[in-house]
Amino acid sequence: MSPVSLCKQSLSVLGLALLVAHGAHAAEVQVAVAANCTAPMQKIAVLFEQDTGHKAVLSFGATGKFYAQIANGAPFGVLLAADDTTPEKIGKEGLGIGATRFTYAIGQLVLWSKQPGYVDAEGKVLAKSDWKHIAIANPKLAPYGLAAMQTLDKLGLTAQVQQRVVTGENIGQTYQFAASGNAPLGFVALSQVMEDGKLREGSAWVVPAGMHEPIRQDAIVLKPGQGNEAAAALMQYLRGDKARAIIKSYGYSF
Amino acid sequence: MSPSLLSLEDWAAIRLTLELAGITTVLLLALCTPLAWWLAHTRSRWRGPVGAVVALPLVLPPTVIGFYLLVAMGPHGFIGHLTDALGLSRLPFTFPGLVIGSLVYSLPFAVQPLQRAFEATGRRPLEVAATLGAGPLDRFFTVALPLARPGFVTAAILSFAHTVGEFGVVLMLGGNIPGVTRVVSVQIYDHVEAMEYAQAHWLAGGMVAFSFVVLMLLHWLQPKGAR
Repeated sequence: MSPVSLCKQSLSVLGLALLVAHGAHAAEVQVAVAANCTAPMQKIAVLFEQDTGHKAVLSFGATGKFYAQIANGAPFGVLLAADDTTPEKIGKEGLGIGATRFTYAIGQLVLWSKQPGYVDAEGKVLAKSDWKHIAIANPKLAPYGLAAMQTLDKLGLTAQVQQRVVTGENIGQTYQFAASGNAPLGFVALSQVMEDGKLREGSAWVVPAGMHEPIRQDAIVLKPGQGNEAAAALMQYLRGDKARAIIKSYGYSF
Repeated sequence: MSPSLLSLEDWAAIRLTLELAGITTVLLLALCTPLAWWLAHTRSRWRGPVGAVVALPLVLPPTVIGFYLLVAMGPHGFIGHLTDALGLSRLPFTFPGLVIGSLVYSLPFAVQPLQRAFEATGRRPLEVAATLGAGPLDRFFTVALPLARPGFVTAAILSFAHTVGEFGVVLMLGGNIPGVTRVVSVQIYDHVEAMEYAQAHWLAGGMVAFSFVVLMLLHWLQPKGAR
């Protein structure tokens, strides 16, 4: 055997060995993440890879859209939904493993304005007529939108506000309408305007829990993630202290 | 929910879409005729850059157009400053805002067929008309425009159809308000997201049929020699 081919052969053996070793320890899982959880999940994914060696590849979007994609064979291994009804449905329909479902966070609704000092501590600004638009996520599609409508109902302001509602297709777009200043007010997720336990900018009214049904956000392992080590590890990791500390720093509770 | 009929909201979305596409098409033909004329005949060094700007909406993702328009029309953008200064209301989430977005989005679909038509006519017929004593306006309306008619038909059909098929720009700019900014494409998207697949199918199938008919029209209306 010539020295060159010997060298080639040993290199390929080495390569194969590396590949095998890598495969034994690190798996990869595709995760569908509700838009409101974008920021915390990006942080958690980095720590998750450092701590476990597994990789979580994140896609962000509306839970309803993810459902349509999952029902049509999308390769997601885990769904972190914005609600609890979609994961429940997925479990029942056999698209996911019902037994793995748990609440990874309870969302916090907030009335937010980019303008400092505009939103008061009790949300009384809602009853005023000097603003033109309020951005709300589509209540048919987004749990935060539904919670916002329930809050308006409870305050008896629905009829008064209805004409001024602009609808975002998910909570990410709703935030964009408010953050660009086009809508002076918006019902968004606290996680979008909070970082490290503080409001990043503008002014906000954190809507009290009694104003609407709790926004339970459930996670579930999907069919393509069954038996995937990384999927199981991620579900475990989300229950751990590190992940919870991050989730909490964005204003979620448990 | 009846699976086989369109809801009132669906019909409202269809009406709104046709209105938006109709107004956009009329405005585009009016605005693009001089622009296309200039592009077809100028020897200016600006011809290249202007032509490129006109073609930009062909290659830019609609999200880019929608996002920039949203920011530009907002309280901190230059269009927002302009509307504020003129005492007008701001454009995002309004029907006029959508019309402006659609003008940008469908611009190349109006300009380019017109430009090709004017270029194909060339200067010769106009020069002949001039020697026969026709003034500039007369030459334009009685010689150039009739000769460019196939270009106008193509521009009108393509602008209309392309505006009907608009989605990303409207989604970014419109705020999904029933009867004001919720067009068919957005309505379909909402149906799909809400898992109302039956209703989504009716509207989506209608769009496919509509688009097919439009493209067939385009084929039939071309002069025989060009087919």
